[in-house]
Amino acid sequence: MHLNPTRRQVLQFLSACGVSLALPAMTTRAAARRRDERPKSLITLWMSGGMSQLETWDPHPGTKSGGAVKDIPTSHKDARISELLPQMAAQLHSCMLIRSLTSKEGDHERGAAFVKTGYRPEPTLKYPTLGAIAAHELPNAELEIPQYMTLAPDRIVPEGGYLGNQWDAFRVFQPGRGLSNLKSRVNPERQADRLQGLDVVSQQFAQRRQFGTKRTLHQNTLDRALQMMSSQQLKAFELETESLGVKAAYGDTSFGRGCLIARRLVEVGVRAIEVTLPGFDTHVSNHSGHVSQCKILDPAIAALIQELRERDLLDSTIVLCISEFGRTPSINPAAGRDHWPNWFSCLIAGGGFRENTVIGATPTDVFEGKKSDGKLVLPAEPVLVPELYATIMATMGIDFRKEILTPIGRPIRFADALPSASLLKEDVARKVIQS
Amino acid sequence: MAVAGRAGTSGLPLSKNIPAGSRTRMSKLLEFWEFHEMRAAVIIFALLIAALVLKVAQMAGRVEQLAGSPAVVADDQQLGPAITRLNAKFRQQWQAENLLVGDTVADLTVLRRLSLAMFGTVPSLEDIRAFEHDEQPNRIDRWVVKMLQDSRYSDYFSERLARSLVGVEDGPFIVFRRDRMTAWLAAQLRKDVSWSQMTKELIAAEGLWTDRPAANFITVARMEDESLNVNKLAGRTVRTFLGQRIDCAQCHDHPFDPTWKQADFEGLAAFYCQASLSPGGVTDYQTGKDKQEVVYKVIDPGAETGRVVPSAVPFHPEWLPADGGLRYRLARWVTHKDNRRFERATANRVWGFMLGKPLHEPVDDLPHPVDGETDALDILGQEFRARGDRLSVLIRMIAMSDVFRLSSESSADNDDTYTKQVQAWAVFPLVRLRPEQVIGSLFQAGHVRSIDQNSNPFVRVTKFGNENDFLNEYGDMGDEELLQQVGTIPQALLRMNGRFTAEQSKVDALSAPAQILNFSPDNAAVIDNCYLACLCRFPAVDERAYFLNLLESTTEAAAEKRKANPEAPAASPALKPTRTRAQVVEDLVWTLFNSPEFSWNH
Repeated sequence: MHLNPTRRQVLQFLSACGVSLALPAMTTRAAARRRDERPKSLITLWMSGGMSQLETWDPHPGTKSGGAVKDIPTSHKDARISELLPQMAAQLHSCMLIRSLTSKEGDHERGAAFVKTGYRPEPTLKYPTLGAIAAHELPNAELEIPQYMTLAPDRIVPEGGYLGNQWDAFRVFQPGRGLSNLKSRVNPERQADRLQGLDVVSQQFAQRRQFGTKRTLHQNTLDRALQMMSSQQLKAFELETESLGVKAAYGDTSFGRGCLIARRLVEVGVRAIEVTLPGFDTHVSNHSGHVSQCKILDPAIAALIQELRERDLLDSTIVLCISEFGRTPSINPAAGRDHWPNWFSCLIAGGGFRENTVIGATPTDVFEGKKSDGKLVLPAEPVLVPELYATIMATMGIDFRKEILTPIGRPIRFADALPSASLLKEDVARKVIQS
Repeated sequence: MAVAGRAGTSGLPLSKNIPAGSRTRMSKLLEFWEFHEMRAAVIIFALLIAALVLKVAQMAGRVEQLAGSPAVVADDQQLGPAITRLNAKFRQQWQAENLLVGDTVADLTVLRRLSLAMFGTVPSLEDIRAFEHDEQPNRIDRWVVKMLQDSRYSDYFSERLARSLVGVEDGPFIVFRRDRMTAWLAAQLRKDVSWSQMTKELIAAEGLWTDRPAANFITVARMEDESLNVNKLAGRTVRTFLGQRIDCAQCHDHPFDPTWKQADFEGLAAFYCQASLSPGGVTDYQTGKDKQEVVYKVIDPGAETGRVVPSAVPFHPEWLPADGGLRYRLARWVTHKDNRRFERATANRVWGFMLGKPLHEPVDDLPHPVDGETDALDILGQEFRARGDRLSVLIRMIAMSDVFRLSSESSADNDDTYTKQVQAWAVFPLVRLRPEQVIGSLFQAGHVRSIDQNSNPFVRVTKFGNENDFLNEYGDMGDEELLQQVGTIPQALLRMNGRFTAEQSKVDALSAPAQILNFSPDNAAVIDNCYLACLCRFPAVDERAYFLNLLESTTEAAAEKRKANPEAPAASPALKPTRTRAQVVEDLVWTLFNSPEFSWNH
């Protein structure tokens, strides 16, 4: 193929190669690589709205702040979690539960920006999300579909920030219900004719604008879009090949299907995926709100972790379940809980993080974030979000100290903290932290 | 809709004393009543929906009752000398750097640039034809004045100004009304109100955010605890109105610019400390409940009590008026006639709106003005000040400047030379269109007539509805709107395969492609009109030849040839035409929509 193929030639070449990229070979390929050679992927399960730690990972039953929820034993010998997450209770031995995340951002947009990027938002610079950094630093050359995807996204879209908008997550609005805008609306012959006409017009425009048009990346972006349209890797979104039992295990919900697709995308080699479950902003009827959302969350995340483990993908996949903040220990007159960034929980599985571990403890029946002397009330063993993200980057093989010269002329590091060895398995910490 | 006595539905049991036959009749009566009641409910519901649609159409058309009188734009004839000075400044730089300068473009290209900058869309075929037939002198300047008087300008520019004033967030629930803010800005632009007057109203706004829309500049900074974020207000004030980014000085002295100290930031933030939200809206309270003066306090990290920071400006305190409330005085300092930063920041932003790229980047972080030196921003800014601080003056000067008429074509033979040309504005920059410009252009190109507030309500509603869906998928650029960005894969997919592109390119009823196909005198005119509608230019020789060949190879053309010459042998199946004229036109329009030229300002 010559250096500047027409779009028709690109399509013909790719369809000739298409068979070798068929999805069914992925599981074999995924298992074929040794664990420590397999590049890691990140799945972020985004609990949008501010998930209550007290109704999920950090219940305090029988106390004034405990509310109606009870706790249940788990596969961790000591830890108990909310009765609303029975399936996850059986998976906790594979996970690390952090109950002492802290933040100073109690606004949805600011809180989400902070938790997604590890940096407090500021008006003059947009920081990239952790997934965008992962996609940017660890691109998979074999991938014909985007490196970074968000399934069932809500308003706050994960962005590439100062890395550029080409690193924004590719949005799939209805996982498992088909992909929008990925099929040509005309037959292949007519599409080929259209692209030929487009060549004529584009070449006319590029005359005497060769440097300018190259910088636009318009041609490059168009070619990648065409490549994606014809890629066999899109089969990751087709759930018809999954058994009914597997689909039922995840749950026939947008979030459940999203988690199943996330597993399939990891098998294809996608670097970072975010799956969103909204509905946690329970200022009113907090308990019933969490009852309904946990019915969706519990089976999906449990099935995801179990399947990743069974397919030998858990060591090379980090599953992070997190929210923009937690909810108040006090219950308001509308039976709701309000925003509470002072301490909240997250769950991590895989990727070299410690298993069967609980980090941090939160005070009981403390309803104010500050003491009488004005000092902040802190949980035991507080974990900062930037510290967590530096650790994730380190275990993924990303240089968390790398500085990027941003558009405003400031050099900014990927992570605003150092990784914490105490969050990782010993052998992983030895290899990763000291390198 | 429960009806007392309705059997079954209201839970009331039927009386046991009613004979069975009567019960059947009653059931039928009740069924009849329920059916017609339901029908009435459906009719009422449909009427409500229709009313809602009409309301949305009204919103889409932005019929602004506040504006009252039509736009007033002074027709300045005296801008010539200032424009000459501006052109000379650029020429001086080009000569000093020995740069080859781009050619002057055709007026149609200038019209496209103006339409994108001022209306957010390509010009309609209707406007293009009117422009072409206008052979009076000073055509471009007269069209700029005409466009300044068009509500499409005030509607579009107000949206862009709103981004720089209040960002793109939804804002705090209840106390922030972006639509009111934007409508107010549009009304001011229609009346050509001075920008310094608007600035003063914004900074010192009082009252309810619905009655006094300028107050939304303040209320957008409300925090969860009901107080106002004075740091956010201070940072935004300096960025938007003075073109300086000093937000990092909130926590420490500016790391790169010794001009800005933390004390400067704190002193500016203190001007907002007496503003708060009350049932009457934004109000300044000089004293608190304890009857003490309300002062600004900063709590340093590790400290237990706050230290008082008096309001103070970082330079030229003599520009502060002696009397008035804190925000009143700050507003007058910001807009003081000698505050060069104000006019430079304004000129830079308007330049960015007009060309897609500000003179200095980032748009809100300018180099300090130097005493005794005059650059292009100063030339623009001085004329802006001399003529009443009106944005229309800047728009006209920029539109009439040599730079605005330059081609984006470059004779550079290497990337370094091209870079220097772009940096010195010796060629027009290639700038990606904003998402609303793309959809505005797609929609306009699909209609022969101009889409404005006089358009059919159905057309406006359709535009309004599609705009939101499209923008949601295309992605918003946020309030960093003048940051240069490349296109993304989802955007390319949306343009190629999206429903909206398909609808606008379809030869269907009264669409532009249908009208072009049916009413153009010949095939060459069909192609010309498609190019004009989409790209605002005529096709090049090669382009016309290529698409002409396609139009002459359609099934209709083949049928006509057969009719004219029945004896001629039939074409082999491989060479038999398979496309109709309608399909060729649809494909041509699709092609033009997906060309780099369509999505980029050039």
